[in-house]
Amino acid sequence: MSALTLRLLGNGMLSTALNGIFASTKATIAFVVCLILVFAAIFAPWLAPQNPYDLMQIDFFDARLPPLSKSMSGMTYWLGTDTQGRDMLSAMLYGLRTSLGVGLLAGFLALAVGSALGLLAAYARGRLDALIMRIVDLMLGFPTILIALLILAILGQGTWKVILALVLVQWAYFARAARGAALVEVNKDYVEAARCLGLGWGRILFSHLLPNCLPPLMVIGTIQIANAIATEATLSFLGIGLPITEPSLGLLISNGYQVLLAGLYWISVFPGLLLLTLVFSINIVGDRLREVFNPRLAA
Amino acid sequence: MMELKTAETILEVRDLQTHFFTPQGVVKSVDGVSLTLKRGEILGLVGESGSGKSITGFSILGLVDPPGRNVGGSILFRGEELLNASEERLRSLRGNRIAMIFQDPMMTLNPVLSIKTHMIETVLAHDNVGREEALARSIEALRMVGISQPETRIESYPHEFSGGMRQRVAIAIALLHKPDLIIADEPTTALDVTIQSQILSEVQKLCREFGMGLIWISHDLGVVAGLADRVAVMYAGRIVEQGTVDEVLDSPRHPYTAGLIGSAPAANRRGARLQQIRGAAPHPLNRPEGCAFRTRCDYATDMCLKEPPETAGSRAHRWRCFHPLADAQLETLP
Amino acid sequence: MTAFVIRRLLQALAVLFVTSVIVFAGVYAIGDPLEILLPADATMAEREQVTRSLGLDKPLIVQYGLFLWNALHGDLGTSFVYNQPSISIILQRLPATLELAFSALFLSIIIGIPLGLWSGLRRGTTVDETIMTGSILGFSLPNFWQGMMLIMIFSVYLGWLPSTGRGQTGTIFGVETSFATWDGIRHLILPAVNLSLAKIALVIRLTRAGVQETMPLDFIKFARARGLSSRRIVLVHVLKNILIPIITVIGVEFGSLIAFAVVTETIFSWPGVGKLIIDSIRVLDRPIVVAYILVVVTMFITINLIVDILYSILDPRIRSKAQ
Repeated sequence: MSALTLRLLGNGMLSTALNGIFASTKATIAFVVCLILVFAAIFAPWLAPQNPYDLMQIDFFDARLPPLSKSMSGMTYWLGTDTQGRDMLSAMLYGLRTSLGVGLLAGFLALAVGSALGLLAAYARGRLDALIMRIVDLMLGFPTILIALLILAILGQGTWKVILALVLVQWAYFARAARGAALVEVNKDYVEAARCLGLGWGRILFSHLLPNCLPPLMVIGTIQIANAIATEATLSFLGIGLPITEPSLGLLISNGYQVLLAGLYWISVFPGLLLLTLVFSINIVGDRLREVFNPRLAA
Repeated sequence: MMELKTAETILEVRDLQTHFFTPQGVVKSVDGVSLTLKRGEILGLVGESGSGKSITGFSILGLVDPPGRNVGGSILFRGEELLNASEERLRSLRGNRIAMIFQDPMMTLNPVLSIKTHMIETVLAHDNVGREEALARSIEALRMVGISQPETRIESYPHEFSGGMRQRVAIAIALLHKPDLIIADEPTTALDVTIQSQILSEVQKLCREFGMGLIWISHDLGVVAGLADRVAVMYAGRIVEQGTVDEVLDSPRHPYTAGLIGSAPAANRRGARLQQIRGAAPHPLNRPEGCAFRTRCDYATDMCLKEPPETAGSRAHRWRCFHPLADAQLETLP
Repeated sequence: MTAFVIRRLLQALAVLFVTSVIVFAGVYAIGDPLEILLPADATMAEREQVTRSLGLDKPLIVQYGLFLWNALHGDLGTSFVYNQPSISIILQRLPATLELAFSALFLSIIIGIPLGLWSGLRRGTTVDETIMTGSILGFSLPNFWQGMMLIMIFSVYLGWLPSTGRGQTGTIFGVETSFATWDGIRHLILPAVNLSLAKIALVIRLTRAGVQETMPLDFIKFARARGLSSRRIVLVHVLKNILIPIITVIGVEFGSLIAFAVVTETIFSWPGVGKLIIDSIRVLDRPIVVAYILVVVTMFITINLIVDILYSILDPRIRSKAQ
């Protein structure tokens, strides 16, 4: 296992990526922002002034207070409170946690499933390849939101159903990228050598092919994570995403929508800015990685 | 029919230098090239790939793209300095008084535009005439280069023509404004041998007829021999020998020229091994000091570590060599 | 040419067929069709009637046959909520969505292509950097939040434009549309901008990439060597070359505009098919969902087919090959 990890992290890929990011001011700032947000998400329970989901801590009478108001207990609601009296800052931190968590999980699962299928298709060639790619093309022909919508309409709500829908929507991108990279690698000598050594195809795929196909997957992975986060937020906003017990930023914004016309801007603006910052930063890093690893490719 | 001796000099290039500033270093593609051309004269510019002959052509038209740029010398076209001319002035000369024919017409014609569009827009770029007149002139130009039924053929797209026909179209486009100077960059290299000779003779005929100066860039000395009045041999960014075709081919002075002549298949007897110039052309970033050819030259000495100046033989025959071949040595060549 | 069209047509029909099977499986085989197609308060008699008419007591193959037969006759079930055939409700709302989608498409072209050209021609400069970062911002902005911000700024604070709903419609060429009245246009502006933002970003990137790929090509150099003006070179030689792939992508993206209209219509209460589907999912009006899936998928497939054919017409190289 450790040998594989070393090989995955090796090839200088990680250092190329990091060097590429730090060579661009824009990307460096975005990367740092991402790190800050991840940190905030992980340590949300300690950073948040209040646990917004502990009913004991919420004062309903403090509902709809604008930013910088104070509560009875002297705590400052830096970003105001929402319609239930929850501190916006805390709700946002917890929401960030959920959004990021779901996005990363869905992204990695899609990466795993998609890449496995893509590698398989490239290695097996023939009918299996054709079948997998047909399905991939079919799925890529439809917009993300539509497929997610329809899957959730059939399956109903729930956190794992949302993650499943996201994975189903995104695996195809990874499959295509993995297959493309693998097709180039599969003709190289080391694969033939591994075959001659009598290594099983699973071993060849994952220990030998995969590490060399990682760069494009890294690029797509970054962008797809941003996509997953944005799509989940959209679904939650529409009311068919995560349940209220696990509110993500999308749900917070949705709550804010209802009071927007009344002028209570902070309930939707702040979570939205946070979501925007998150997605935007990840996309900038992803775009930079794309430039670093595929200089010819654009858009 | 122009009398070459008294014809006007339309192009005078003096010590032209065009360098490319790449991350790996400075490539001196054109490193001190001087040549002249008279009206109605055909000059063959010969050299292998990387010798800088194409860049010389582009420099004259001001079409050298970054990271390359002109760093010195002068280009006088009919007395006008081109090197510091404005982009607008150059634009008005291109395709109009100075035309260029490229090597691969498939790449130089826009695949989604018809031949008609290509030709009419070239006419309208420099003459304020109506479309009907532009069309008529274009059809006439096509007829001149030997394309049958030009009225219908002009509606075609580039991919509908064969290679030879496309090159004729390129020549027709070059002729639309009856330019004073045409620069042809290896226009027949991509073509069939039979088509090649057809095109060569037609071009020669048209040049004489309209009194156009022509610089024919090629790596093939044989092609140039049959076509040109004068020839200039380029090596590593410099002209190592130039003169009339007869002089240079009968009595080459520079060892490289002799090598080129000797290595042409026609020059060798059947069954005999092809004479090759030993070694390979130096990498543009790594040119030898002094005479760039000395690493491959049988006659090189320590003198050659310095750059050889131009020596003049007859009025027109010049070379850059410290050890030019004497007549006696010429006998030993095949 | 005809062989090509027929081949693509058959492919399209195959995809449609597969989709119908998937929908059928989702509704009839996996779920309980009675659950799905009847409201919870249906009487025994109603259940029996539906069972008979859908042939639910017969083998699956027969059910699928009935399903297809009904579908081809335009019978995709009756909406619980509206008590009308779901297909007619969908078709009623479709024009509003199409109007929105076309407006967004139009905006993305007239804003995206010029900006993309500018950015591509000024590669590496501040202008290029700004436009590119702007485009990343464009597709990073969460669609729904951005819509809300538009309402907040232009409706609530500035009061320039209405916040929700479709305005008055009139008829142009016999088609009912918002473009016929100023009120209609006023109501259309914000939703169209909202829907188009991500597409504008996409078109900018596509155009820029196209320009960057085309400028170094030989025929551009030849165009310069002939003394053509830069204006002509960019607007005719470059543009015509990149327009063909851009049009095909935009055509395909039109389908995704219809899909993303779901969000826009929800925020702006635009009475189109997108709002309909969200509302229907929420209240479990499944016949509408089923009908929506089939209609939208059919539209998608048709759009892809048209775009393919268009591509082959526009590119003279493919045109001659097909002949």
